[in-house]
Amino acid sequence: MERNCRLGIRSSAFASVILIFEVLAVALFLRGFFPVPVKSSLSKIRQDLPIEPLSGGSPNSSHVPQPLFKRVVIMLVDALREDFVFGANGRTYMPYTRHLVERGSTLSYVSKARIPTVTMPRIKALTTGSIPGFIDMVMNLNSPALLEDNLIWQAKTAGKKMIFYGDETWVRLFPKHFIEYDGTISFVSDYTEVDNNVTRHLDSTLKRDDWDILILHYLGLDHIGHISGPHSSMIQPKLMEMDDILKKIHGALISKEAEGSLPYLLVLCADHGMSETGSHGGSSEPEVNTPLVLISPAFKRKVGMEKPDEIEQVDLTPTLALSLGLPISQNSVGHVIPSVFEESSLRDQLRFVHLNGHQLSCLLKDSISDYAKEAGFEQYRVAEKAHGSWMKRYLEGNASEVLTNMGKKVLKQYLEALSSMSSALSKQLGKYDLYSMIAGMVFVFQLLLVLLLAMPEALSSSAAVDLPVMSALLSLPFYLLCLLLASVHVLVCTSAESSCYFCSLSWGLVFAAIALTSAMSCLLLSLTTRRLPLGLKLPGKVSCISSSEWSLSELDVLLLAGTAGHTLSLAASSFVEEEHQTWYFLLSTLCLAVFQDVCRKYFREKGDAGGDEEEFVLPYKENAKEEIYSEKWLALATPPFVLLCCRLLRSLNQTGVQWAHLPDLGHWLNSSEHKVVLSLLSALCLVFIYFLIQRRCSLVSKVALALGLLGVYSYRAAVGNVLFPWQHSGRNMSKGTVEARFVYVFVLGILFTGTKDLLRSQIITADGKLKNRGLWEIYSGLVFLVSLLFRPHNLPVLCSCLLIQTLLAQFIWKKLHYDAAQTTIMHYWFGQAFFYFQGNSNSISTVDISVWFVGFDNYVEAPAIFLTALSTYAGPLLWACHLVCYLSSDINRSPVAMGHGCYCLALLRSVPAAAYIVLVTVLRYHLFIWSVFSPKLLYEAMHLLLTAGVCLVFNTVEQSRTSSAA
Amino acid sequence: MWDHEIRAMASTHAIIAASMLMATVVPAALVPGFSVYGTHLLWIYSVSGAVAAVSVAIFWLLGISPPTRKHTLGYKLSRLFRSCLYFFLSCMFFHIVVVLYGAPLIDSALETFSLAVLLSSLTTLRCLCVLGPNVQAWIRVFSRHGAMSVWDTCLQITVALTVLGAWMGAFPIPLDWNRPWQVWPISCSLGAVFGYLSGLVVAPTWIHYHRKQLTYKCK
Repeated sequence: MERNCRLGIRSSAFASVILIFEVLAVALFLRGFFPVPVKSSLSKIRQDLPIEPLSGGSPNSSHVPQPLFKRVVIMLVDALREDFVFGANGRTYMPYTRHLVERGSTLSYVSKARIPTVTMPRIKALTTGSIPGFIDMVMNLNSPALLEDNLIWQAKTAGKKMIFYGDETWVRLFPKHFIEYDGTISFVSDYTEVDNNVTRHLDSTLKRDDWDILILHYLGLDHIGHISGPHSSMIQPKLMEMDDILKKIHGALISKEAEGSLPYLLVLCADHGMSETGSHGGSSEPEVNTPLVLISPAFKRKVGMEKPDEIEQVDLTPTLALSLGLPISQNSVGHVIPSVFEESSLRDQLRFVHLNGHQLSCLLKDSISDYAKEAGFEQYRVAEKAHGSWMKRYLEGNASEVLTNMGKKVLKQYLEALSSMSSALSKQLGKYDLYSMIAGMVFVFQLLLVLLLAMPEALSSSAAVDLPVMSALLSLPFYLLCLLLASVHVLVCTSAESSCYFCSLSWGLVFAAIALTSAMSCLLLSLTTRRLPLGLKLPGKVSCISSSEWSLSELDVLLLAGTAGHTLSLAASSFVEEEHQTWYFLLSTLCLAVFQDVCRKYFREKGDAGGDEEEFVLPYKENAKEEIYSEKWLALATPPFVLLCCRLLRSLNQTGVQWAHLPDLGHWLNSSEHKVVLSLLSALCLVFIYFLIQRRCSLVSKVALALGLLGVYSYRAAVGNVLFPWQHSGRNMSKGTVEARFVYVFVLGILFTGTKDLLRSQIITADGKLKNRGLWEIYSGLVFLVSLLFRPHNLPVLCSCLLIQTLLAQFIWKKLHYDAAQTTIMHYWFGQAFFYFQGNSNSISTVDISVWFVGFDNYVEAPAIFLTALSTYAGPLLWACHLVCYLSSDINRSPVAMGHGCYCLALLRSVPAAAYIVLVTVLRYHLFIWSVFSPKLLYEAMHLLLTAGVCLVFNTVEQSRTSSAA
Repeated sequence: MWDHEIRAMASTHAIIAASMLMATVVPAALVPGFSVYGTHLLWIYSVSGAVAAVSVAIFWLLGISPPTRKHTLGYKLSRLFRSCLYFFLSCMFFHIVVVLYGAPLIDSALETFSLAVLLSSLTTLRCLCVLGPNVQAWIRVFSRHGAMSVWDTCLQITVALTVLGAWMGAFPIPLDWNRPWQVWPISCSLGAVFGYLSGLVVAPTWIHYHRKQLTYKCK
């Protein structure tokens, strides 16, 4: 009867449902925050060249200056850092290039790439001249053809013949654009073959005359960076190789050059740089600064090394387009590099910048509503007028010094206008879909409030929440709210000018969302009214029990203050960048607080004072005294040991931004001369992992684990990370696919056994022991998979994760009688800290993408995403899974522990996620929004999704408990 | 209750605070180039020395430390020796804890150790003065409901606030403001000193306002 009006659900089911809805709401928010920009596609390109300005005369013909270059070779070296060429080591790394930069007829620049510094958005930026949105990075992997107006398309339409060798991405972006191409598929582990595949075509191609543009994209350097960082010994030979290739191309171009024809242009550039750890994606100086060297006899000969000017990466696009006599692509926001055109006549120079200015002003008109107020637009108008009058005098045959000076002044005006229009445009990119964002935010907050208001019931001894769903659905306010919100929605959607994702959803979905939020509001209202009288009664209640039960211990204060403090700290960009420091700091404090608790417990035992609180110590006195004694010292030693472990792990991987460049143990282990140490360490860790994990598994799983861990080691040996004692040094590296698949088989086997045990315990025998074993086997399967995915230097992280879990479960959580909520918060904190211990940070660049190819020959989307998520979130996931195992094994002590744990986990994850969403919305015009806050937002959303998954597991396990109990 | 003690405590604290101020001002006048940020280690040792000297002198004069049973010279010497040993051990303890919190192990060991000395002279030294080198008494005072006199409560408050101050002093280190006081260990030592000073103020005030509620078991 009760069920009709009230819906009583268990805490874990409640938490899972709330989390799933939260994930949906966050997805809506993300869709609004990262809008997919609408741009002019290839089909509707206007091709009307602006006429050359001429004041007072009849409209002049649309005179286009002659192209400057006949042939262009673009040599793009992935992840070439600026200091590899221009830095102190440039002379040893790339001697020929350096010589050209210093003495040859070249122009060199430091070109600044925008974030995200990932290959595909950078290629798009280089070819379209626009700045791809942040979301392009997420779509980095499945690159469909580029449909925007771009340089390659323009060149093809103009009849230029293009040849491409290098990264496959280009072929996918520009299908059928090249007369000849060879795309290489990239493996992070391969850095020689991938470049030889490009170079092998060079000799024959350079001899031929049937092409105009040759594009080469070398990937090897980037792969070396990913494998071993910018200071590895492999860097120099690779750069020498690149230098030789450049020399070869340059020589061939010189020999081909004929008198009278237009000169060649050789461009050496990079898509992005390389961070100090060898990765990229973020916004640190070495990732952003790339070299740009233009080599052509058309330029003046240099006399010595000058400090290269800084330009934007997108400036190359209009420069190349104009110097090849092509129209500038419409969405390009760059402005021409003036020194490239220095040798052409003043009239041509003015015409070039005029064309660029016209294109930019058109783009400005399209993208900004009050474009006329922009300073750059105004300057452009003035410059165009001055250009017109200059042209008039020029055509009249006036060729004095005055005219030249005047022309130079006009040029300067133009350039100023160009750069201010360009910066206005780049600022404009990245508009937010505010309505979807606010809708998502409102949903998240309603869900969070429901979660919070249900706390007293969810954490009660029955661990069940009863939600007055039916009464809420049948009440009048619900229908009124539905109507109101629907009308608001219609109003907003009809009046909005810009595109809005939430409005473009189908009506059914929108109505479901509206009904949901109205129901949530009514629920909130009734929950609040239910709490209110309780809140009034509470003071009296508190005063009588406050001294005994309601007072918070120091540990509780720390746990609450730490969680709140961490949430608040996310508002500062530095704290987001250095979030690992927050977690390490909190974790150390937690260990000390636990240490204090342990001390208090065991030293109180001796003294007589305060026996009233801690009577549970008395039963121990009847046991064997020796056992207590050793147990006491082990318990006392556990927190300091955990502290020590954490300190060591922390020096394993330096992450963050400010101190990321400091040397760490991980680098030391990965350098080639310490390979033996690394091999020994990883072997030792694997043995330890085996001993820590096998004790609660069945015999079959034990054997499978042992074999599988051997397989992990041989996989690492096959890939070349570690040594086999009997391995010949001359053995060439393979991709280890066979070994990895061998391990996968065992992983699946263990997971299967675990699931089987779990199901059997649930359906047939209702045996708690069997169930725990099943859970533990699933957990060990996960650990095992992670040990395969982790790089060998990270195996100590996994090993100490297991060690700390075992010790804490054995000596602390059980012995000190921490309740489910406290244990959950501790697990969460440890999980967060381990996320950073394994080398992650809040920047996209630390995501280890080498796991894509563990056991796969080429990129397969679904397993790649799964493996990346698993290896990135290994720390939080393993701790959450351990929480499930721990609470479920502890079930006899408190039967509702599972529900409490699940609820706490959901709350712990929702609070920072909700707070962060608000922060990001408030800070959306912050300087660091794209470099610092957005990647963190993606991390938060992903973590929320995974936590929802873990909560579902909680839910199933608890359900099986209740069903077996019934 | 305990009006006399509270007054004594307040004046003691005033003297200690004044000595800390002097330890900052006097060297600034005497030593050329002395500043809190610039020559931070010197400042740390100056403050530690001043606090140590003044605390020892005052608590000896007040005679708060527990009465010794024997008055032989040898016993007193052994007490003194044990106090020094405890002080040194506490320096090591703080140093280790700070390193476990993430301070660099080798690079700035001197700075870390100076911080440990400062923390020891602000906390351990006072314990030594009030309780003597007696581990049992320390454990008693720092366990729940363990205070047996006004001075014990005062000790609890100042020690807790000093440690809390040093703990909170670590917060601004990751911020990218590039201020002189963000350099290790300046923010932490400043935090500890401010925590200690606030402890000096808070302890008598708190005891004054709670003197009705305070009951001690063995008084």
